[in-house]
Amino acid sequence: MTTSDIEDTPPTDTPGPVRHASRTPDRVSENLLVVEDLVKHFPIKGGLLQRTTGAVQAVDGVNFEVRRGETFSIVGESGCGKSTTARLITRLLEPTGGKVTFEGHDITHLSDAKMRPMRRDIQMIFQDPFSSLNPRHTVGKIVGAPYKLQGVTPEGGRKKAVQDLLETVGLSPEHYNRYPHEFSGGQRQRIGIARTLALKPKLIVADEPVSALDVSIQAQVVNLLEDLQEELDLTYVMIAHDLSVVRHVSDRVAVMYLGKIVEIGDRDDLYDRPRHPYTVAMLSAVPVADTKRRHQRERIRLEGDVPSPINPPPACRFHTRCWKAQDLCRTEEPPLLQIGTAPHSEHKVACHFPVDPPASPVG
Amino acid sequence: MTAAFMDTPASSYLEVEDLQVHFSTEDGVVKSVDGLSFHVDRGQTLGIVGESGSGKSVTSMAVMGLHTASNASITGSIKLDGQELVGASRETIRLLRGKKMSMIFQDPLSSMHPLYTVGNQIVEAYRIHNDVSKKAARSHAIDMLDRVGIPEPAKRIDAYPHQFSGGMRQRAMIAMSLSCDPDLLIADEPTTALDVTVQAQILDLIRDLQKEFNSAVVIITHDLGVVAELADDIMVMYAGRAAEYGSAEKLFNAPEHPYTWGLLGSMPRFDQAPTDRLMPIKGTPPSLIQVPSGCAFNPRCDYQPRVGPACLDQRPDLVDNSSDHFVACHIPPAERQQIWAQEISPRLS
Ligand SMILES: Nc1ncnc2c1ncn2[C@@H]1O[C@H](COP(=O)(O)OP(=O)(O)OP(=O)(O)O)[C@@H](O)[C@H]1O
Ligand SMILES: Nc1ncnc2c1ncn2[C@@H]1O[C@H](COP(=O)(O)OP(=O)(O)O)[C@@H](O)[C@H]1O
Ligand code: SF4
Ligand code: SF4
Ligand SMILES: [Mg+2]
Ligand SMILES: [Mg+2]
Repeated sequence: MTTSDIEDTPPTDTPGPVRHASRTPDRVSENLLVVEDLVKHFPIKGGLLQRTTGAVQAVDGVNFEVRRGETFSIVGESGCGKSTTARLITRLLEPTGGKVTFEGHDITHLSDAKMRPMRRDIQMIFQDPFSSLNPRHTVGKIVGAPYKLQGVTPEGGRKKAVQDLLETVGLSPEHYNRYPHEFSGGQRQRIGIARTLALKPKLIVADEPVSALDVSIQAQVVNLLEDLQEELDLTYVMIAHDLSVVRHVSDRVAVMYLGKIVEIGDRDDLYDRPRHPYTVAMLSAVPVADTKRRHQRERIRLEGDVPSPINPPPACRFHTRCWKAQDLCRTEEPPLLQIGTAPHSEHKVACHFPVDPPASPVG
Repeated sequence: MTAAFMDTPASSYLEVEDLQVHFSTEDGVVKSVDGLSFHVDRGQTLGIVGESGSGKSVTSMAVMGLHTASNASITGSIKLDGQELVGASRETIRLLRGKKMSMIFQDPLSSMHPLYTVGNQIVEAYRIHNDVSKKAARSHAIDMLDRVGIPEPAKRIDAYPHQFSGGMRQRAMIAMSLSCDPDLLIADEPTTALDVTVQAQILDLIRDLQKEFNSAVVIITHDLGVVAELADDIMVMYAGRAAEYGSAEKLFNAPEHPYTWGLLGSMPRFDQAPTDRLMPIKGTPPSLIQVPSGCAFNPRCDYQPRVGPACLDQRPDLVDNSSDHFVACHIPPAERQQIWAQEISPRLS
């Protein structure tokens, strides 16, 4: 059998509802998830006795909330702690400190048994559609696994429920008995998404859900995620490094640098009026697919690499690369504080000397 | 000189004519590259874009003479500074590498030896083409590392590749690739694994070094933003062939191939507030063992029904629609331009 007959099945890409340019705040107000002072330090063991000799400060005091129905994204350079944050809020990792509250319940240190019912509500999508599916299991078994784990029998039986899910994500019910290797990358990501939807979760944490996919397939999956959010009232926490994709999908965005949030705000505040020097530099570095603009944009060149999270620079962690750094930045840590006034009061930045906002609105 | 030479009077530094790279495998013949022509002048940058598996890396490795497997069959012509490389001996090609042509790979670890220091590898690469003492080569290597932005190069030169971060390794490899001032530089997804700020540093570096050495550059990527920033000309590849080929301005501002339209519609725009849904291409890229007959893009093309059966059984040639803008599609040029202007372009902005 070849895969071509599968790959010819066109994804359901009927033009859906036109999305509002800036989503109205009324559908996003209530906090679904609240993260307070979240810390994760990974101990480093060394020497013959395997004593703890230090710690990777992967996540170091992170605060944010995620509102029902919104897409909240976390961006930042490799190693800044995005995936660790995702694994902490889904409780795949045990926090070193801080608090995670989901629908008003403190889930920070729940035991596995007490966490189990919560697992239905909080699901995770992983980056790699190839390694996150068991190659020896059929699609039916993979997508139906959450029912088995939770001991749930959906209405109409498991098979029917799984086939419905396959249709929901744009696959065919006939794919039930096939194996992951018979599918393309985009289709495998759809299988993974179908699995996360099985238990009707409230929150989906997606760690780089489209970065392994080709651009044409990536767009199919982005549209699918948007449609599902609309239909199923989902809330997303999205981890991504592609700043164009993030701009497209997010309501609010947080920027991380070396284990800390340095700036957070509504998508348009962050993209049109970035205030933290790191955010400004990062946004200026994105190549833009517009030949007319290629010589017009001013790029801020950052020197050097991200320092090690084992011994991060004191006070402001960005001061080793920041062109605005002064003595204060090396001695005092800037807190994450509100910087905008209404209607931009969501906008917060952790910097002693924020960049001036552009005089006139851009974009 | 032969008549063939007369046909292309202004010959470019790299001239590829009707290149075919086929691999015979247990499952059948993989037609990775199947009739590809392009050229790059010195001082010029060609961007090659396409989805994974479209034949980009196979093309660049063919130019570098790196298809040594016995199941590979290469036909057509690859001329580097007038010298034919297809059929040339391995030794001939080996001697061209480094000085006349050089390549930056996506994964720096695969092209750097893990057991030799970064410095040693640059020194060796340099000494193949330059008859200088080890000491002089070492000071040249320090110089190169400094140029690519490695801090404290005199200290870091004796580090091993694994002691560098991903971005530093990529820069060290670029230093190695550029140590002999290559006339042709091929960069195959040089920044795909990197963060945007590091990517920007690397792209600036390639641009600066090209200016300095007046090299011909081929940059291969799936990121349309990268080619928009860097390339003079762009070739869009699909299933081992060129779908569209022309100046960057043409390709971004007046593209004429349905696949190019699909790529542009799939891509979220970084510089615009999102207003609408993305417009993906339906389906997935074909297997290169069973390429669809006629136009390889036909199962995914929204315009195939308008054209009719020609798309299903006649392979469209890459034809110049006038001003050095080549398109492989059966839709007549005037109609393509109209579809772009009236149907596609308004939805993209
Ligand atoms: N199990 C672990 N033990 C030790 N260190 C770890 C562990 N997991 C992550 N880290 C370290 O914590 C830091 C943050 O890692 P994390 O995976 O969260 O980064 P990220 O932001 O997701 O990066 P990327 O964009 O590369 O995925 C890194 O320095 C990483 O090496
Ligand atoms: N040595 C080989 N043997 C058989 N098939 C190959 C070989 N190298 C590459 N291919 C196939 O050629 C096609 C194009 O590959 P490649 O040029 O690497 O794509 P990309 O455009 O992603 O760089 C793919 O289908 C790939 O599987
Ligand atoms: S606090 Fe100082 S060093 Fe840190 S980002 Fe702001 S200006 Fe730069
Ligand atoms: S030749 Fe036909 S199938 Fe191919 S791109 Fe043109 S219209 Fe579409
Ligand atoms: Mg990660
Ligand atoms: Mg490749």
